[in-house]
Amino acid sequence: MTSEQRLEQLREKAWQEGVVPGRGVDVVGGPIPRRPGYYGQPVVKPPVWTWEIPLYFFFGGIAGMSAVIATGAAIFHHVDLARAAMWLAAIAGAVLSPILLIMDLGRPHLFLNMLRVFKHRSAMSMGAWILSAFGACAVPGLIALELHARQIFPGPLDQLLRIAAGVFILGAAVFGTLLATYTGVLIGATAIPAWFLHRTLLPIHFGTAGLGSAAAILELVGHRIAALNFLGFYAAAVETGLLIWLSANKHGAADRAIHEHGSGWLIRIGEILNGPLALVLRFFAFIPLAAISFLLGALISRIGWIAVGKVSGSDPESVFAAERSSPVEL
Amino acid sequence: MIGEGIKSTNQRKHSYVQDRVEVGFFTDPSVCIGCKACEVACKEWNQVPDDGFTWTGNSYDNTGHLGASTWRHVMFLEQDRPKGNQVVGPMSLDQDPFRWVFLSDVCKHCEEAGCLEACPTGSIVRTEVGSVLVQNDVCNGCGYCVVSCPFGVIDRRPEPLHDAGGAFKCTFCYDRQKSGLVPACAKVCPTESIVFGRLDDLRAHGAERVRQLQENGYSDAQLYDPTETSVRGIHAFFLILGEPEAYGLPPKPQIPTIYLKSAWTSAFATAIASIIATLVAFAFFS
Repeated sequence: MTSEQRLEQLREKAWQEGVVPGRGVDVVGGPIPRRPGYYGQPVVKPPVWTWEIPLYFFFGGIAGMSAVIATGAAIFHHVDLARAAMWLAAIAGAVLSPILLIMDLGRPHLFLNMLRVFKHRSAMSMGAWILSAFGACAVPGLIALELHARQIFPGPLDQLLRIAAGVFILGAAVFGTLLATYTGVLIGATAIPAWFLHRTLLPIHFGTAGLGSAAAILELVGHRIAALNFLGFYAAAVETGLLIWLSANKHGAADRAIHEHGSGWLIRIGEILNGPLALVLRFFAFIPLAAISFLLGALISRIGWIAVGKVSGSDPESVFAAERSSPVEL
Repeated sequence: MIGEGIKSTNQRKHSYVQDRVEVGFFTDPSVCIGCKACEVACKEWNQVPDDGFTWTGNSYDNTGHLGASTWRHVMFLEQDRPKGNQVVGPMSLDQDPFRWVFLSDVCKHCEEAGCLEACPTGSIVRTEVGSVLVQNDVCNGCGYCVVSCPFGVIDRRPEPLHDAGGAFKCTFCYDRQKSGLVPACAKVCPTESIVFGRLDDLRAHGAERVRQLQENGYSDAQLYDPTETSVRGIHAFFLILGEPEAYGLPPKPQIPTIYLKSAWTSAFATAIASIIATLVAFAFFS
């Protein structure tokens, strides 16, 4: 909206200075643009991942850590809890996670190519194998556990099922811990500054959020036992510590996506919900509320970390700042 | 090389693929005229779809940046610095220092390539000539190479373009090279700003060109070839005037695999801590 007065101003300015700097005057012969880098263009590419990936981080974490809880429950003879946890592990890890991952692929019909090679230096390849191994343990583990718990087969066969359930559930727990934590490695070992600068924090956050979320869901479906409450306390306490760490360990322009913009708010809200708020609610024994707060926080912070990648990857100054200031120790 | 006309390496047939010789591009902005023939040749030969006609307002650059459907990108820098031994002042033609720099950007074909290491399908491979190639029929479009490239080169092609969903970048005209032909962009470059040839020859040529330019007043001419970082050098390297940041080039690019050790250590520690916490929970709180 240009008024007559503004036109007068422009004429004055042009008369005095020869050029009129203003929005939309970046043309040849005009003032030299002063945006960072090359016309403010991103130096690295922001992630192309859409909503499926943060949801996968959320469900993959729940699935993996459910199998760990199932193992603990099975060892200490909480059979019903072990069954519920294995159902959760199988549904979230062997059904939801693969569906979400395949949906995110640019060419979903080629999803089997994920298992074409085994590359230990690619976190994505390792993730595909971890998820496959987890599914291959969780589903038979659940079936064997259910058959054993319902006493379908007699005598020695049931004994065999019991052993099979134990072996598969233990396998699911081992791969499950990796399933819940590798996602932090996945985004930590990239060229996105706000991600790689926090590559140590990310696996701790993703793994612990997975453990707390698994315990929270099991509590919400009715398993209100002291062991799960302890895990809730543990996860919320660790997340509170991570919130403090994240606030103290700032890298200026290099990781400002975590502290500024909408992405920064997502991280903060998520971390407060699954850190201090969940801890306080649990302390005053509002267990369902604490569980819901933790789950919401875990989901929001996953969405937040992908949003951080998009903001940081599109910001040329974050790349320059990260590379110029912090020497990377190999 | 430069000035050899039809006898230059840009026009000769070669057998680098058969001889397994490392080859590269040397791109020299001091002789680039910004004609964008390289962009056109690349799009035409490789049948890369157009990705929209938009006006950026950034000098004569309406290409924007490298991506899934842009494998050569001519940059147009407008800087208030003297070009070479330009004389500036009230008694000269130019009142203020000014230079217009053109540079044709391309995939760097890193010695240690982030995209290649990240690819979970084995779609991205190293060729006989040392270039990095995406095998389109194997790529399932997971998008991990996109965030693993320290130069922001490779990208996933969006709908509704032809062959959408896969990751694409410069192929170094592998198809042409197999037949002894020079990559399309180098073949058409009228000033040999893009030089194709043996990597060791090009590196010597580049160093010589920097020396020449510095003698002629281009005091900020330097090679952009990050051999000191974990990328360990690039096969398509550049001569630049001024700092790499102005070209949108990362000053110290790192291959993301160097972050794996600390990230996995943290992951394993978290895994063990979670197991211990769970066992403690069930052992002492039930």
